[in-house]
Amino acid sequence: MYSAADLRKGLKVQVDGAPFIVTDFEFSKPGKGQALYRCKMRNMITGNQLVQTYRSNDKFEKPELEERKMQYLYCQDTEYHFMDTENFEQIVIEKEHLGDNVNYMTDNMDMEVLFFQDRPIDVSLPMFVNLAVTKADPWAKGDTSGSDSKPVTVETGYVLQVPPFVDEGDKIQIDTRTGAYVTRVKE
Amino acid sequence: MLDLHGLRFRAAFFHSLRSFFVRQQFLEVDTPIRQPLLLPELNIEPLASEGWFLQASPELCMKRLLSSGCSRIFQLCNCFRKGERGRLHLEEFTMLEWYRTNADYEDLMADCEALLGSLLADLSGMDLCAVSNGSLRAGERVIALQPPWERLSVHEAFARYSPVSIEQAMADDTFDEILVEYVEPYLGVEKPLFLYDYPVELGSLARRKDGFPHLAERFEFYINGIELANGFSELTDSHEQRQRFERELELMDDERRQRSSMPERFLEELAGLDRAAGIALGVDRLLMLLMGKKSVGEVVSFAPADFD
Repeated sequence: MYSAADLRKGLKVQVDGAPFIVTDFEFSKPGKGQALYRCKMRNMITGNQLVQTYRSNDKFEKPELEERKMQYLYCQDTEYHFMDTENFEQIVIEKEHLGDNVNYMTDNMDMEVLFFQDRPIDVSLPMFVNLAVTKADPWAKGDTSGSDSKPVTVETGYVLQVPPFVDEGDKIQIDTRTGAYVTRVKE
Repeated sequence: MLDLHGLRFRAAFFHSLRSFFVRQQFLEVDTPIRQPLLLPELNIEPLASEGWFLQASPELCMKRLLSSGCSRIFQLCNCFRKGERGRLHLEEFTMLEWYRTNADYEDLMADCEALLGSLLADLSGMDLCAVSNGSLRAGERVIALQPPWERLSVHEAFARYSPVSIEQAMADDTFDEILVEYVEPYLGVEKPLFLYDYPVELGSLARRKDGFPHLAERFEFYINGIELANGFSELTDSHEQRQRFERELELMDDERRQRSSMPERFLEELAGLDRAAGIALGVDRLLMLLMGKKSVGEVVSFAPADFD
């Protein structure tokens, strides 16, 4: 159990049966009044925000969270298949629970999967991934339209803006936190 | 942590505080920081020290000094409150308290205005001071510090800013939440503001207002939404004070382990005191505003993080 005095940015607590992470926290105590713990929290499953003020005698369950090292195997329609790299157990996560992560996931990629009460709720990818460009318009030399970027499609189907010199078949590095192009990589 | 520049400003600030009170014929006192018994206060958790306590405020000793015949006293000291940590809180912080006999909370409000005027006269030429021409820069805001300051009753403040009336908030036991969430952000944003006349339940050592027995002659002073001081006309009826302490002790028993008992000697001596008023001001918070900083940890010589 946590008490309100344990609350701080980044702490994970259980509220109404769901796991939340504290994203913003402020201690206040009006003169002669009681300690108030003002929190902004994000539901780790739905992503919804919760703004709540707690008193010092409020208590919180620790959410039953576990991170497991897994390998992403393949996807079939909206089902994404993963395998635990330690015990080889296989699980399926629905696409809707993976959010933008599907833009960066390629077969056999290693990642951490977060479980809440044995239910997978999130994956954390490497900060940077290298993906092959599968579709790019050639850079028209002499194009003076002034544009210094163009859209390309990578192997996951994700479309992003890159510098004009990137060609089909190139590998590019992408920042998974922002989805932005970082650099062209040579392999 | 303050650098040499900051330390000099803090020292000049302390010097200015002291010289104001000395000029006003207040006597500087220094009472023990470690005491065997604290006044019963439901919402303050003391730090224990070998069976005694580190003071949460010098109030008990200073009122005993008033009872013993002092008429104007002040003290600058360190106080301790367990578990209070945040942008505006340190577990160990600096308090300025002053007390005067033959006075009430209105006299203290006048003291606050005069004190700030005196501080500005001494400090506003200095490099680190966020005040120029009587105006305080606080982020985007410019706050005019010249007296007279605004005065707003708690009743009126709730009527103006809160979704529920003060009566409703008291009945729902949500006074603190509503004050912090809806009211405080608007207090003292154009000029400093006195919030005054609290429900009597919220001033366990404050005198009832004449003709309004449900109100206590208590006020707080705010600048830029930040509470800086809490003052009141002292309750000097030792019989009523005993009843208020009994209620406070009962609530403390319900809420937490027993850690306080009736301050008998304090009550005995209180019987000898006539009209008086006293106030506690958060020195680090005021310095924080004057230096244009965002947290009290930035204006003390060492904050807890400086020991990491």
